Amino acid sequence: MSQILPVIADGIIYSAWLFIAAIGLTLIYGVMKIVNVTHGSFYALGAYAGASFTGAWIARGYPPLLSYAVLLGAAVLITLIFAPLIERGILRFMYAKDEVVILLITYALFLVLEDTIKLIWGVNPYFVAEPYALLGSFNIGGLPYPTYNLILVGLALVSGGGLAWLLRSTRVGKLLLVVIHDPEVSRAMGINVGRYYLVTFTFGSMLAAIGGSFTAPTVSVVPGLGVEVIVLSFAVVVIGGLGSLPGAALGAVIVGLVRSISVHYAPHVELFVIYFVMALVLAFRPRGLFSLAEPRKI
Amino acid sequence: MSRDRTPLVLGAILAAIIVAGLFLPPWLLFILTIGIARGLVALGLMLLLRAGLVSFGQALYYCIGAYTAGALGIRLGVSDLLLLMLAGAAVAALTAWVLGFLLARYRGIFFGLLSLALSMILYGLIVKNEALGSTDGLNVLRSTLFGVRPSEGWLRYVVVVTATAAAVIAALLVHRYLSTPLGRLAPAIKDNEIRVEYMGASARHAIHVKYVIAAALAGLGGALAATTVGHIDPEMAYWTTSGEFIFITILAGTGNVIAPFLGAMIFGAIHTVAYDLSPNTWQMSLGAALLALIVFLPDGVWSLFTRRKAA
Amino acid sequence: MGTILDARGLHKSFGAVTAASDINVAIQQDSVVGLIGTNGAGKTTFINMITGYLVPDRGHIHYEGRDITGLAPRDITRLGICRSFQIPQLYASLTAFENMMVGIGVVLRNAGLGGFLSRGRPLVPGHDLPAEDAAERILDRFGLAQYRDKNAQVLPGGVRKLLDIALTMVAKPKILLLDEPTSGVSAEEKFAIMEMIMKAVRAEGATVLFVEHDMEVVSRFAERVLAFYDGRIIADAPPDVALNDPEVKRFVVGGELHRIDEVQAKRHA
Repeated sequence: MSQILPVIADGIIYSAWLFIAAIGLTLIYGVMKIVNVTHGSFYALGAYAGASFTGAWIARGYPPLLSYAVLLGAAVLITLIFAPLIERGILRFMYAKDEVVILLITYALFLVLEDTIKLIWGVNPYFVAEPYALLGSFNIGGLPYPTYNLILVGLALVSGGGLAWLLRSTRVGKLLLVVIHDPEVSRAMGINVGRYYLVTFTFGSMLAAIGGSFTAPTVSVVPGLGVEVIVLSFAVVVIGGLGSLPGAALGAVIVGLVRSISVHYAPHVELFVIYFVMALVLAFRPRGLFSLAEPRKI
Repeated sequence: MSRDRTPLVLGAILAAIIVAGLFLPPWLLFILTIGIARGLVALGLMLLLRAGLVSFGQALYYCIGAYTAGALGIRLGVSDLLLLMLAGAAVAALTAWVLGFLLARYRGIFFGLLSLALSMILYGLIVKNEALGSTDGLNVLRSTLFGVRPSEGWLRYVVVVTATAAAVIAALLVHRYLSTPLGRLAPAIKDNEIRVEYMGASARHAIHVKYVIAAALAGLGGALAATTVGHIDPEMAYWTTSGEFIFITILAGTGNVIAPFLGAMIFGAIHTVAYDLSPNTWQMSLGAALLALIVFLPDGVWSLFTRRKAA
Repeated sequence: MGTILDARGLHKSFGAVTAASDINVAIQQDSVVGLIGTNGAGKTTFINMITGYLVPDRGHIHYEGRDITGLAPRDITRLGICRSFQIPQLYASLTAFENMMVGIGVVLRNAGLGGFLSRGRPLVPGHDLPAEDAAERILDRFGLAQYRDKNAQVLPGGVRKLLDIALTMVAKPKILLLDEPTSGVSAEEKFAIMEMIMKAVRAEGATVLFVEHDMEVVSRFAERVLAFYDGRIIADAPPDVALNDPEVKRFVVGGELHRIDEVQAKRHA
């Protein structure tokens, strides 16, 4: 029994991280029907902003316990600078284009942002471990787990639950569901679809940035951080079904557990296994586990 | 209907290289060869793009071709350029045939990102594998041709002529393929796959075939690049490499089999200048250029030579 | 004339909606059958099941004695059953001629001709002409020669319809299913277009099933009428009988029928 406990614990922590990383991607796809490659950039931007701001905060001797707020604030700030710029400045003009073309456009933007990050923060790694170490650790099955990981789990639950509540119970959320179903009809009803796109893009990117920011204390922040996230988030979102919130949660749990099992028992096939599972799911449910209904074509 | 001038132009290019190559400096011959290698990959991408598919992970097969060439050289002492190129193409094609059973079911973004994922898996595998050289990569044997080892002075010339000949043959074969019923199916698949099925053809099968051909071309290019540069490393499977191939394909356009090579040469020129000027802004320049291309020249530079009748 | 298509006990539902319920129908070779019914009555579902787009929950479909239930659309096309669409399914960025050439190419390929290693200009099976000539001839038959080099997406509505139907003729089908061939066409043109279609189609000796909402067209061109309502066939008879059936009048037609030439005569009187 005690052998399984660490596997499950690792799985949950990793699932939480995956969920935070993927939720913004699926939200943006659900509303705007675009696969946003810059998602990885915002993750990286969040990581760099979080690491550098928090590093400065701690270096100046400010209360370390507030560094968590700094992590959050940094992610929010960096998103508010870049996301509206991208959406209003470039994406807004491209929505009429083919979905693959839009994908290429977000890919081009991703390339630009990769170097922008290098220009701002340089190529040397950032390592800001204080927030991670600060909270100490606790035991599961005899193995120590940094308490910090509970923040990730908490973040996942808050963002997932919060988004679900937002969509179901608030007026804004319900209007967003309308936009998700049919932008044309929404426009005809007088809903400012453009504004919803802006808000969704910003909010979705912010979630990615927060994910990056809170991961920063646990890793060495280096260029190229965003790419692995894109590839993994995509796997999670595809398994769950593009545009589905519960799907992203289920996908994250599945991938997280699978990865945890493989890391413990067969570490060299880690990435393989995740994509194998994705291929397996797609073989039976081509549109993912929870997919939006397909309109009849003929 | 204008007569098909493509074979003529390709033949002229080969003749030009054979003659001009005698007088050009080795560093230029090197750049030309790398351009041809990239052009081969882009030729394959063009085939897929015509069917509406963008592979974000073509570097997978480029890398497979390169590492096949490297492995054959190191393990079996094979250094014949043509043999290595063919071997690279064959291994890549076989891999694509297997993976195609999965990939050919998908379109649009699924296809693109699945292909990206596969290439990143290969990257991960090589990086973790000491026998394959890990992140440092491996050195590759100097090329021979039909048992003859060219002297230092002649090496680049022999390689560029061989590469051009191989590329011309590949281009001619693809050109011919494009006029067959399967080849003609590409724009139809892109426009209306349901109609394709109802005409009695299998879109999935057609895409599977194109995917394998594209992989073979990428493998060919990868093996060529490996033997020309003399070194292989996992970077060849990295997403940035795939991105460069995509850029070349968009830059070139899908109008003609010569276009990818033209695009590769232009890219090579830009890369040589821009990367040396400022390596930290290379991705940015690429991204900005890609954006500009999509907006202002969506059909690539080849569209500047032809005018498509719209109505 | 034998039975060429036989549907037995077809049933199809989508969740709570039953689109087809116990459909039994035998189609005779060389006949012309009109399918009528309000929207959602099950006509297109019926066609979708025959052509393989949908798999029936229950029941079987036999074609020339062979069970084709559940086969993929491309296999059914290859066997000789082709369909046109309510909304014309064309290759938007290709010209009318190029659209035809794609279809011809597929026919060649399915016959093992015109491939990578072939030489010369093979004759297209069923047309006995080289590819380009076969394509031109079909375009001619449907009056589309003048649109040969125009992109499909710029063609006017009625022309798109004709091109859609012309494309179905490429594979020389034995059974042709036309889904609302005159929809989107102006009232004056309906008869003319239907005449052209029927002439071109019947010249090839095909059995025709067509879905129509215009009862004038149905009574003029159909030998037999199948009336659908709520997933069932409520009438199966020649047009004058079926169209006067009280149930059909109630659920499909509405009130009375007027012949369009009578109406026009009155107007000009």
